Formats: sequence, C-alpha cells, structure tokens
Amino acid sequence: MAANLSKKSLRSPLAEARGLGSAKYGTEHWWHQRVTAIALVPLTIWFVFGVIRHLGADYTAFVAWMKSPFSAVMMALTAAMTFHHAQSGLQVVIEDYVHNELAKVLSVLAVKFVCYALAAACVFSVLKISFGA
Amino acid sequence: MANGSGRPLSPHLQVYKFEWTMALSITHRITGVGLAVGTLLLTWWLVAAAAGPESFARAQKFIGSGLGLLLMFGWTWALFYHLAAGIRHLVWDAGYSFELKEAELGGKIVAGASLGLTILAWIIGLAVW
Repeated sequence: MAANLSKKSLRSPLAEARGLGSAKYGTEHWWHQRVTAIALVPLTIWFVFGVIRHLGADYTAFVAWMKSPFSAVMMALTAAMTFHHAQSGLQVVIEDYVHNELAKVLSVLAVKFVCYALAAACVFSVLKISFGA
Repeated sequence: MANGSGRPLSPHLQVYKFEWTMALSITHRITGVGLAVGTLLLTWWLVAAAAGPESFARAQKFIGSGLGLLLMFGWTWALFYHLAAGIRHLVWDAGYSFELKEAELGGKIVAGASLGLTILAWIIGLAVW
C-alpha cells in the first residue's frame, strides 16, 4: 500500500486510495464502544453505590450481597461491559501513541488478552460466590 | 509529516490556542486509562471474596488503608468524570450540542457533576462505613 505512494506524486492520499476497494469494515469498533458505553451508564451507577455500601463489609455481608441473583447478574454484566469497553478504549489509545508496527500490535494483543482474562476471573468469582455454599 | 504526496497535512494540536475544554478532552482519556488500571483492584476484590474469608479480609484491609482509600477516592472521581464526559460524547454522537456556548456549558456540567457526585458518594460511603 505504502509502496504506491510515490514521494513525487501530486495526488492526495485519498486519490491514491480510491478504487482500491473497501476495507470491508470501519464502524464496528466505534459502534461497540458506544454500545458498551450506554450499557455502562446504569451499570456504573449501580456499581458505585453497591460498592460504597460494602466498602467496610465483612465476608458474610459481601457473600450475602453476591448471593442475590440481581446483584450477581449486575456485577457480572458490569465486569463484562467494563472490560469490553476498556480493551476497545485502550486499543485506540495505543494506536494513537505507539507508532512502531510490531510494538503496536503486541501491546494491543496484550491489552486484549489481559482484559478478557480479568473479565473471566471476575465473572467466575461472582458465579462461584453466588452458587457456592 | 510523511503523507506520501508532499502536500501539507492539516495542522495538529500545537498550532491552536489553548482552551480549557481541551483539558476536559484529554482528561476523559486519562481517566479512561486510570479506570482500566483500577479494574485490577476490582478483580482482586472479587477473586479474594471467591477464595474465602481470609483473602477477602486482606483485600478489605488494603482498601480500608490510607493508600487504598486514596486510590478509591481517585477512582470514584475518575469514574464519575468518565461517566459524565462519556454521556457528553453520546450527546455529540446523537448530533446535539455542537454550538460553542452549549459545548462549553456541557463541559462545565461535566466538571461540576464529577465533583458533586464524588462528594455525594463519599458522604454516603463514610456514613454507612
């Protein structure tokens, strides 16, 4: 692609790209960020006040909270949406500031793997408490 | 900047006069990254609770420590800021509030709401501690 862009060409980058075909995607990333952002509005408000009520809580009180089906589902959704939103946001930040192609791809991959691993750990923990004795 | 054509690209940030709304913009990004780091504590909290009473007590002890409370306070503000500024972005996405006056008012609401909600949350939090 870059090879087509001659230094001497007077054509704009857009003119060079025209006719080469669509990239087949474009708005999904933006849209997923919005979907998760909208979902996180009510989830975040629930989360903040839920956490505040259990800041100094002992183990029994916390477990009782997570044993409520509503709280367990809300916490699992909060974790899922938070980490999905975080990895897509961090990807944009990395793509903006890391210009070395290899470093960029590796750090985007690392962020995604870590985010989904943390999400799985959170959801598993909620389910374990909720279903546990 | 190498765009291949030798034509000038549109100018970047450094040529513009600083406006306080620019600080709001970069703060949205910084709070987003900060919140992502903060998810580590959330994960620790939930995993510790799943692991049993002793590990949960350790996590609660850290959260209740001076450093823990400072981090929690910072993250509370970052969360409310990112929430408020995020809603401001959704309003723009829907096609509203592009006029200078409305955009500046939105910025003031975001800054005020993030501070107000943080203080409210901590008043409630310390009351039920």
